Amino acid sequence: MLKIKTPKTQRAKRALDNRAPKIVENAKKTLILHGTKTSGVVNAVLMQIYHMKRDNAVKYTKKNENIRPFESGGETSLEFFSLKTDCSLFVFGSHSKKRPNNLVLGRMFDHHIYDLVEVGVDNFKSTETFGYDKKLTPRIGSKPFFAFIGEGFESVEELKQLKEVLLDLFRGEVVENLNLAGIDHVFVCTAVSPTTVFFTHCALRLKKSGTLVPRMELVEVGPSMDLVIRRHRLPNDSVKKEATKTTSDQPKKKIKNVSSDIVQGKIGRIYIPDQKAGSIPLSNDIKGLKRERREAKKSKRAQETGENEAKKQKTCSDDHKLIGN
Amino acid sequence: MESEKFQVDLGNLMAFDPAHHFESIPSSREELTKACLEKGTELVQAIANVLFALPSTEDRDGPIVRLPQPTTKLPREKHFPKPKPPTKWELFAKTKGIKPRKKGKRAFDEQTGAWKRLHGYDRVNDDKDIPIIEAKLTDEPGEDPFSKRKAEKKKRVEKQEKNRLGNLKQAAKAGALPSHIQLAATALPITGTRTDVPRKSSKEELENVAGMAATATASGGKFDRKLSGEKPLKHAGKHRKFLPVVEGKGMSSQEQKQTAKILEQLMSRSSNDILDVKKARYSIHAVTIFNVKKEKKRKMEKDRERSSTASKLKPKKQSLKKSSKKH
Repeated sequence: MLKIKTPKTQRAKRALDNRAPKIVENAKKTLILHGTKTSGVVNAVLMQIYHMKRDNAVKYTKKNENIRPFESGGETSLEFFSLKTDCSLFVFGSHSKKRPNNLVLGRMFDHHIYDLVEVGVDNFKSTETFGYDKKLTPRIGSKPFFAFIGEGFESVEELKQLKEVLLDLFRGEVVENLNLAGIDHVFVCTAVSPTTVFFTHCALRLKKSGTLVPRMELVEVGPSMDLVIRRHRLPNDSVKKEATKTTSDQPKKKIKNVSSDIVQGKIGRIYIPDQKAGSIPLSNDIKGLKRERREAKKSKRAQETGENEAKKQKTCSDDHKLIGN
Repeated sequence: MESEKFQVDLGNLMAFDPAHHFESIPSSREELTKACLEKGTELVQAIANVLFALPSTEDRDGPIVRLPQPTTKLPREKHFPKPKPPTKWELFAKTKGIKPRKKGKRAFDEQTGAWKRLHGYDRVNDDKDIPIIEAKLTDEPGEDPFSKRKAEKKKRVEKQEKNRLGNLKQAAKAGALPSHIQLAATALPITGTRTDVPRKSSKEELENVAGMAATATASGGKFDRKLSGEKPLKHAGKHRKFLPVVEGKGMSSQEQKQTAKILEQLMSRSSNDILDVKKARYSIHAVTIFNVKKEKKRKMEKDRERSSTASKLKPKKQSLKKSSKKH
């Protein structure tokens, strides 16, 4: 026997519908957690990433010893957390002798692991160490700029994947309208070598220039680190195909009363309300006639209506008489 | 500046310079950062040039610009929603050509003579509004029509729930279950129910089992140690009987018997003395056709016989056959 379980409140229903697969998706949420052992650097990095992505990130504080993203059985916990928190990006930090200051950046498709990139963090400088004008601090939730420098991002497979993952991680919501006054910060990634990327976060200062376009000035603000590529896992071909599918026809809005014809082009339909041509009262003022005749007709009409009223009154009075008797 | 062409993805506010490569990695960290920031500034300026060139609308917070769709394809986080299969009613409506009717918000209730809503509290055609039900001739005395109405309604509701469950199961099978609905199993299948318990095999089946199992052995169970009471396999060995190629003379030959048997069966089908009255009307016509065909065939065979030269080699049975047909 099967039972149909439906949410009892509208709020729960809306929450479930929010998490359901849609044509136009929500912004991806990030899950930040760490393994059994972490170093100070890893902790700082995770904290900074969390602060940058405050609105749409979840940070776990407990140690997770059974999460090993690159091993076959070690990802079940990750997938479970992803399902529960509805996160499709994750940053997993750990530290070991073999892999010091390790970060695993991963993506999920349908709450199963899609792809992974493992990077080591070198030369980490946190936000506190940078001295800058506090007014320039980028606000949480503002859309960042991205600058990728280096041919490595195109030629080396791992760097290509890292570029995609970094873009996914930091880009925030995909918006249609952008407020030009809210341009705050930029992420600069330089492929120093085929295995290392210099990653830094700068605030933007817009300076007056002669033209409409302001002059951009970069001020280093946020964390800067060297990312050394260690391991990576590319997605399966079938899963990749499924994930990169797009619908060709985006606007599903039906425009009513408009159709298109091959011969005539665009055709529209206009609905006119019923005119009731038969019951429109004709005006007494007949403009065609000369003035005297017009007025004569008017007075005649008035006489007739007056007689009718008199008749009505008469009959009424007759009735009264009868009733009285 | 013109020579350096960056790949600008405006939807993501991203610029990529594929042409840049470090001739020599800067020795110190500061130099590296400086070089990177310089390059970064160039790229950001390039994006800004394109961005500020877009048509903008004035808002109280600042100029608002319409961004195009991002060009870099990033993977989705969930699969596309699958279209749900049509429900039982939808299929029926499609075949019958029933279009959905638009109902108004209020309907006129005959019982109370007021305009009421269609569903919910104080609705149209509610059972509790009916004060009197007139008795029909078909009604049995002692039967409560009010409770009967209630029971019927309950049955209808149950049927509808069953249909709904069936529709949801279909949708779940297609992977298109609505996101706010979950199907949960309330109980495990009961052990001992009809489907669960295997059918009890009969005595004969059990007796034959040993024989059937014996066929699995290479020698067909011939040398297996048998228990007392165990029967050997019924059709041991041969399953078809072939007639000998050459047989002795005489009327009682096996082939003759075989053919006679077949003939008799055919004859009984086509014989004219039909006992079943019903069939008579329809079968006589068919039978006459069949007989006519047979006659024709016989004639053909006769002609062939006369024309053939090897008539001597043909067995005498031919003549015997004909005589039997004439019966």
